[in-house]
Amino acid sequence: MAYSDKVIDHYSNPKNVGTLDKNNKNVGTGLVGAPECGDVMRLQIEVDEASGLITDAKFKTFGCGSAIASSSLATEWLKGKTIDEAIAIDNMDIVEELNLPPVKIHCSVLAEDAIKSAINDYRVKNGLPELIEEKNAH
Amino acid sequence: MELNLPIYLDNNATTPMDPRVLEAMLPYFVEKFGNAASRNHSFGWVAEEAVDYAREQIAKLINADPKEIILTSGATEADNLAIKGVYEMYASKGNHIITCTTEHKAVLDTCKHIEKIGGSVTYLSVQADGLIDLTELEKAITPKTILITIMYGNNEIGVIQPIKEIAAIAKKHGVLFFTDATQAVGKIPVDVIADGIDLMAFSGHKMYGPKGVGVLYVRRKNPRVKVTAQMDGGGHERGMRSGTLNVPGIVGLGKACELCMNEMQSEAKRLSALRDKLEAGLTQLDESYVNGNIEHRLPHVANISFKYVEGEGLMMGFNKNIALSSGSACTSASLEPSYVLKALGLGDDLAHSSLRFGLGRFTTEEQIDYTIKAISETVLKLREMSPLWEMFKEGIDLDKIEWAHH
Repeated sequence: MAYSDKVIDHYSNPKNVGTLDKNNKNVGTGLVGAPECGDVMRLQIEVDEASGLITDAKFKTFGCGSAIASSSLATEWLKGKTIDEAIAIDNMDIVEELNLPPVKIHCSVLAEDAIKSAINDYRVKNGLPELIEEKNAH
Repeated sequence: MELNLPIYLDNNATTPMDPRVLEAMLPYFVEKFGNAASRNHSFGWVAEEAVDYAREQIAKLINADPKEIILTSGATEADNLAIKGVYEMYASKGNHIITCTTEHKAVLDTCKHIEKIGGSVTYLSVQADGLIDLTELEKAITPKTILITIMYGNNEIGVIQPIKEIAAIAKKHGVLFFTDATQAVGKIPVDVIADGIDLMAFSGHKMYGPKGVGVLYVRRKNPRVKVTAQMDGGGHERGMRSGTLNVPGIVGLGKACELCMNEMQSEAKRLSALRDKLEAGLTQLDESYVNGNIEHRLPHVANISFKYVEGEGLMMGFNKNIALSSGSACTSASLEPSYVLKALGLGDDLAHSSLRFGLGRFTTEEQIDYTIKAISETVLKLREMSPLWEMFKEGIDLDKIEWAHH
């Protein structure tokens, strides 16, 4: 199977690989997937309390090239967005941007899950209710 | 020596054809195009003579009689013919077949077919090193058992089953023994007499011969084995496999067998040294493991898991320059990793993290050096971006985490 140029580019030069301090109140961490499934994504956001903007985003991913590219792209998109804008990121946007084939759509779903999970973690830490989002239950 | 890229290390999938094989085949496409079954003219005689010669070359490699060689389109057809053919031929004796969980799909799916049409099949599990347990095998035999089908050398991990011992158990109980020897024939000495094999399948394109040609060895003496034809027609191949013979392919297979016969000993030595070098180099990496028994295995195969990196992602780091296979099946719709590795008791995570190396006649030491370096670099790079590696380094027990399963 041939990868798109964008997937290859993110794989070869991943953006925002790294770790934020998960104990920091301003940091939300999402850990999704499972080693047995061959994909685990950890996505973290750092939110500026005053402006409500996502000032930093980092990821680490265990998975195929498409999973790495999906999470790399997600971190790029998250930076500078508000929480509400971040929630609106849809996995199909990722599919379109990276030109993922049907067998790789689950990688984009995982990235969307990771974004929502990171946002929830941030919300819970800051005394806000969890978002209820069952769309991607699988 | 100059390093030519890309490097081909997927010789268990298929081997390149040896140019000497091609040379032997070429006259049989245009000039000597006859049908080997045309008994009344010289075109047919020339073709028949070529097939007879090839049959001798093939038989010699496995210490069989040329009459025991049934030519097929490949190992898959030979597997089907052996299992379905024995099932039908020996229906009055019983309907039970014994196989094991790490067989090739051509055997496993044929066994599933047998179950659908009323037969019964026992799938023996394998031990952690990939070998079957002979006691379990003997225990599985019932008065209804007609066939044991256990592969010679495994295509994913290279493990060689105790063929002689299996054959002895089969003989003791009056059960036929069939082995899919696709990965073994031409690579290691295979002797149907000494090994006690009743039926055996193998294929041209795994031994530097052409695709589209294979063999079912069917023993003629002690005991005389028969299989019911699965393809009806002109009664070729002693009535067991109808269809006009693929003369150029058969000539190529014969030549490939002759070359393997002559070069096997030195080649096996050379390849196992290269394989050992590859393994030693790659297991220098932390948390990398060789899968399968390392004593009883084919000289050209290595299967290694690199924990905390995923196989397909790993391959992407070098697959422009190195061709090999992964136990991860991230591309398949099922998302299931290798059933062979899972049968060894490997967790799905380790199965997803595995690479299969198949060395071959044209593999060089320079290529192995390059491969060790390229793969090591990619593993290190991917571990830097693996959350699992980070957690492992922090001493977190990954088995204790509640993962959100798909």
